[in-house]
Amino acid sequence: MKVNGEICTCEAEMTVQSLLEKRGHDPQRVAVEKNGQIVPRARFAEEMLHEDDVIEIVQFVGGG
Amino acid sequence: MRLTQEELHAALVERHGADIHQKLDRASVGIAGLGGLGSNIAVHLARLGVGRLVLVDFDTVDVTNLNRQHYTMKDIGVPKTLALLEQLEEINPYLQYEPYTERVIPANVERMFAGCDVVCEAFDRADQKAMLIETLLERLPDTVVVSGSGMAGYGSANAIRTERCFGRLYVCGDGTSDIADGVGLMAPRVAVCAAQQATMVLRLLLGETAP
Repeated sequence: MKVNGEICTCEAEMTVQSLLEKRGHDPQRVAVEKNGQIVPRARFAEEMLHEDDVIEIVQFVGGG
Repeated sequence: MRLTQEELHAALVERHGADIHQKLDRASVGIAGLGGLGSNIAVHLARLGVGRLVLVDFDTVDVTNLNRQHYTMKDIGVPKTLALLEQLEEINPYLQYEPYTERVIPANVERMFAGCDVVCEAFDRADQKAMLIETLLERLPDTVVVSGSGMAGYGSANAIRTERCFGRLYVCGDGTSDIADGVGLMAPRVAVCAAQQATMVLRLLLGETAP
């Protein structure tokens, strides 16, 4: 699969949640798009990932 | 002096051209959070003559805001929506301003921002930014979001840039300077980021989608 433009291996039973954990993201501070659709935070743990998925992750920092 | 609507209209047409003026006049833009980013973005968009501005913030002006936010001492203790509205009315009283003095939560996002062509995310906290963006992109399928992330400190202003992250999400900032790291927010970089957000809004309203 592709994550932020880079080819990555999709592990078995991988979810958005486990992908974020693997990459060291705080799930409360990211927005995630899967194949062009936003994935709501409430679905991170159940949203399964597959080899042909295209994932975009944006991590936010504080200040405004 | 107070200009008439016709005089102000003529001045904007002279500067921007009739075609651009009409597009901006018909546009509707939301600003979520009226702190350093949001107050500056609002001033830019009012000067541009964006026809409808939805202004949302639950907070009042505090003395610690004056180092970067578009308020003055007389505004301390006043809701940011009202303090900002007073300034915007001085710039252009003929625009439609829709202030909401309330906290943005997922349940009220649609009610406040429905009909906005673009919404600027201008919150302080990273988790709030993520919450708002997720809700806007999920619930308002025709709205584009322009967010600010990473503008603290006094690093080079050249590090602040605009990127298109999703189809309907643009993010302005350096992406890394976090207030959580103890770096303070200072007026110039916050204003640079706000101006980049306002520029991206302007481009989108005029049909330009490249960051």
